[in-house]
Amino acid sequence: MGAASGSGDLVRLDKVTCAYGTDPVLINVDLTVAPGQFSGVVGPSGSGKTTLLRAVMGSVRPVAGSVWRRDGLTTAYVPQVETVDWSFPVTVTECVLMGRSVGRRLPWPSRAERAEVAEVLERLGIDGLGTRHIRELSGGQQQRMFIARALLRRPQLLLMDEPTSGVDVKTRHEVLHLLDDLNADGLSIVLSTHDLNGIAAHLPHLVCLNREVIGAGAPRHVLTAEVLERTYGAKMEVLEHGGMPVVVDRYQGAEVIPIRRTAEG
Amino acid sequence: METLLAPFEFEFFRNGLAVATLAGALCGLVGVYVVLKGMSYIGHGLSHAIFGGFAASALLGVNVFLGAGAWGVASALMINGVTRRRVIGADAAIGVITTASFALGLALFATFGGAGSGSFDAALFGSILGVASSDVWVVAGVLVFATGVVFARYRALLFTTFDPEVADVSGVSTARIDALLMLVLAASILATMQVLGVTLIAATLVIPATVARMLTNSFARMLVLATAIGAVSGFVGMNLSYHLDVQSGPTIVLVGAALFAVVFASTHTRGHRRIAAIPHPG
Repeated sequence: MGAASGSGDLVRLDKVTCAYGTDPVLINVDLTVAPGQFSGVVGPSGSGKTTLLRAVMGSVRPVAGSVWRRDGLTTAYVPQVETVDWSFPVTVTECVLMGRSVGRRLPWPSRAERAEVAEVLERLGIDGLGTRHIRELSGGQQQRMFIARALLRRPQLLLMDEPTSGVDVKTRHEVLHLLDDLNADGLSIVLSTHDLNGIAAHLPHLVCLNREVIGAGAPRHVLTAEVLERTYGAKMEVLEHGGMPVVVDRYQGAEVIPIRRTAEG
Repeated sequence: METLLAPFEFEFFRNGLAVATLAGALCGLVGVYVVLKGMSYIGHGLSHAIFGGFAASALLGVNVFLGAGAWGVASALMINGVTRRRVIGADAAIGVITTASFALGLALFATFGGAGSGSFDAALFGSILGVASSDVWVVAGVLVFATGVVFARYRALLFTTFDPEVADVSGVSTARIDALLMLVLAASILATMQVLGVTLIAATLVIPATVARMLTNSFARMLVLATAIGAVSGFVGMNLSYHLDVQSGPTIVLVGAALFAVVFASTHTRGHRRIAAIPHPG
């Protein structure tokens, strides 16, 4: 599917343009995912983050350019929790077992599959919740459940769409550490996020996207006022705290008025 | 007791009862996927589309089951194809394709005359009078086929119903699974049309699955419960149909609706009791 890769890359996008109808969502995007890579994709709403993940996993075909994937590459995808039908009647175990849906299999899990599910639930710290309905889980547990479903596929590449949207700070830390552990075990991860300070700044590699790639590299090189303004179309300042970049909104005189000023009159 | 057993003397009733019970189970089973995919309207639409094919086949002298079956499968696959392109929603695709199909059948009927109008009445409202032993075998065969599909493709069907996009990128052939489900649905509607009637098939697809959903949070248990509820509704409804001298379709649906009301009221009351049991400070 496209140009050959010259290295041991897992996925390579060469000048990829994707469109829904006649509206281009991604334009001339180059991206390489190497084994062991842990990347975040940041950008405003509608910047093409989800489409980029879909192009990497192959559910969206580019209208121009090419996507190359290593032969036999297994990818797994964790969707945005907002897109999930939480009233659907499945227990945690039933949901995780969806990771084993390919081919002709018996409806019920084999002994080996049950052991595998128990092992992955324990590893992710949600053992004992297997018989619960998916809606009965907390936000962090729901994320872990979908990660468990993805891991059951034994992927080399994990793609995650907004894995920490709508979760509290503690849960965000837990998910980030969990992903860091999985990455340390050799799993390549690409995730999209809106959270510049809580997630993006902590990752080893970032891609700033607004239909096209504005910048890519380590956070301290990519999270600059100039790249962020080109990405988000808004002025931001980048401070440093504990050796890490911290992005804050930049007030521009009367254009952005702090809420507290209006509240205090 | 004698009164209750009296209708069993008649072969037509025994056949009708067998078909109603099997049809209830079949619609209950298939209805789980219909309801969970948010396509409750498809039962209504597809049964009308098949009625169009039924009318066209009768008037053109084609075997009614084969003609209406092909018509129904074609409509179902068209709905599936249009929906998958995501240009319009499933409800709109169902609305356009099935009503057009129904209208075409009516137009053919109006143009070429009223031959076979008795069969049309049965197809519209359901009747146990025309049920022969062969009809029992047809419904039983479709039930075995549907159960076989659910058994063989259980996991792929579940994943595709719950999360089609992730299922697709996880290696599940969702296009094929959706087409298979449409085939099963069309076959189910065609097989059960004689006893339930076009106008009430949608209810037998939706009610057992909805009642089962209120009773369990497990997909596997929901499949079993919906099948059982459908079968019980068919069995009880057919008996009531005989004793009350009301058409079979309405009585079967009303039994299902009564079950829905009971379960809805009971789960609602249980919820209130659970909230009342929570200790309040002060």
